[in-house]
Amino acid sequence: MKVLVAVKRVVDYKVQIRVKSDQSGVETQNVKMSVNPPDENAIEEAIKLKEQGIASETIAVSIGDDKSQDVLRTAMAMGLDRSILAKTDQLLEPLAVAKVLKSIVEKEKPDLVLLGKQAIDDDANQTGQLLSALLNWPQGCFISKLKIENKLLSISREIDEGIENLELNLPAILTCDLRLNTPRFASLPNIMKAKKKPLDIVDVGELGIDITPKIKTLKVTEPASRKAGMMVNDVKELIQKLKYEAKVI
Amino acid sequence: MRQKLFKMSVLVLAEHNNQNLLSSTLNVIEAASKIDNDIHLLICGSRVENVVGEGKNILALKKIITCDNENLENVIAEKISPIILSIAKNYTHILAPATTYGKNILPRVAALLDTSQISDVIGIEDHQTFIRPIYAGNAIAHVQSSQELNLITIRPTAFERCETMGGEAVVENIPYVNTPSLTRFINREVTQSDRPDLSNAKIVISGGRGLENADNFKLIYELADKLKAAVGASRAAVDSGYIGNEHQVGQTGKMVAPDLYIAIGISGAIQHLAGMKDSKVIVAINKDVEAPIFKIADYGLSGDLFQVIPELMSELDLLNKIES
Repeated sequence: MKVLVAVKRVVDYKVQIRVKSDQSGVETQNVKMSVNPPDENAIEEAIKLKEQGIASETIAVSIGDDKSQDVLRTAMAMGLDRSILAKTDQLLEPLAVAKVLKSIVEKEKPDLVLLGKQAIDDDANQTGQLLSALLNWPQGCFISKLKIENKLLSISREIDEGIENLELNLPAILTCDLRLNTPRFASLPNIMKAKKKPLDIVDVGELGIDITPKIKTLKVTEPASRKAGMMVNDVKELIQKLKYEAKVI
Repeated sequence: MRQKLFKMSVLVLAEHNNQNLLSSTLNVIEAASKIDNDIHLLICGSRVENVVGEGKNILALKKIITCDNENLENVIAEKISPIILSIAKNYTHILAPATTYGKNILPRVAALLDTSQISDVIGIEDHQTFIRPIYAGNAIAHVQSSQELNLITIRPTAFERCETMGGEAVVENIPYVNTPSLTRFINREVTQSDRPDLSNAKIVISGGRGLENADNFKLIYELADKLKAAVGASRAAVDSGYIGNEHQVGQTGKMVAPDLYIAIGISGAIQHLAGMKDSKVIVAINKDVEAPIFKIADYGLSGDLFQVIPELMSELDLLNKIES
């Protein structure tokens, strides 16, 4: 079984982001960039499937400019076999991302595509669902457990009410929650080895896909800040404040 | 406000449990009313008479569209999408709540309509201009669509609930669209609780890693019961198995905006703050005075939660005694 993993390069989750003063967006120059956290869970799950003998080949795909090679190298250092960069300097909307992924899926013919459930930059939570619709494959979103037996996927997905258990036929799309597994760190020898693993580059412009944005960002602003609060000395004071000042209890 | 040059119509996808509409649906209808007053509600489910009855009472609705079929008892995105698709051309906007329900279904419909979905909208400026948080709410994007049909998920906590009385909506049934099923529902693991629902409780008490273990987390439940509050948790507490995932508040969990949010033993990672910083009053209780949670708290109390929680409970008892 062949497994494809979609990986996005995003501002590192620990970075306190800064809105540009001209309100054109969020500053991403000279900021630490990393693999989107839930995508790391997708990478880890693919590696585990290979270790269990279920996956025969694991492939990382990223869409972006040349710098996205970093996250593909990280994915291969963690353990994926090879990678593909769909290269574009344009910022793609999730729908365009899904169309590019679809074209790569049609070429590579994986049985399973794993994605993070959401990218922590645009917080759109769409790409996996879009891709499964475009391919007309079953979708398992926000999964925290995966078992594969006899070409049948058993998944647990995290929903607002608790957990939902589903069975999916292959081929399928799964989007991974942070609780699916604990992503491994790439060891130094593996980081060195990953430099020799194959990384193919395809030009998004040559895929014949319309990637024109349908949504225009007019401006990006700072969120309203909360006014500074106060420290109370003890529980008695806290209760007094909540009862008579804030009037919430 | 940009001039409306054409007739608009808004379809809201109802989130329900085959018995009742969930409150998220009421928030989405309120959001829909900021776009246009021709609002229809689509109820897909099994034996949904009662849900339809509730929908008919909603003042803002012109029409209820139902697709009632036993195959729709449990929500499978692959089964619901073709039904939405079958009526999509009648609308300029299709709205769903940005809950795990809406997030699962609406993008699937968007792809089939070749539409770019706008996720997690918190403000509507006009029928094509929307406000949504990005980077866990640390930046706010103002976006404009050039599409004739807009698919939008709405963050329920950003809108009030619509009026649920006085409605006169007409009801129309539409046929079930049979699709070959590649996905099978097995079951749901849902913890039954008499406590208020986290998403719309007036008071939320959340616990974090500071609770140290699942057993200690009972303290949070006890305090919550005294205040008739819902129980929330940080991702760290859920990851450590202190409490189920349905209680997680944050960027990848639930968004809450209660009147009072009490964060206990939660340091306040930006991912957690993303889920609760729109609460009206925030209280932080933490032994680490440097914890980032204090920066957004209205009232901070530095102290050992294992002493503070019992004290809080006895003070609340005292307060109740005085009042009764």
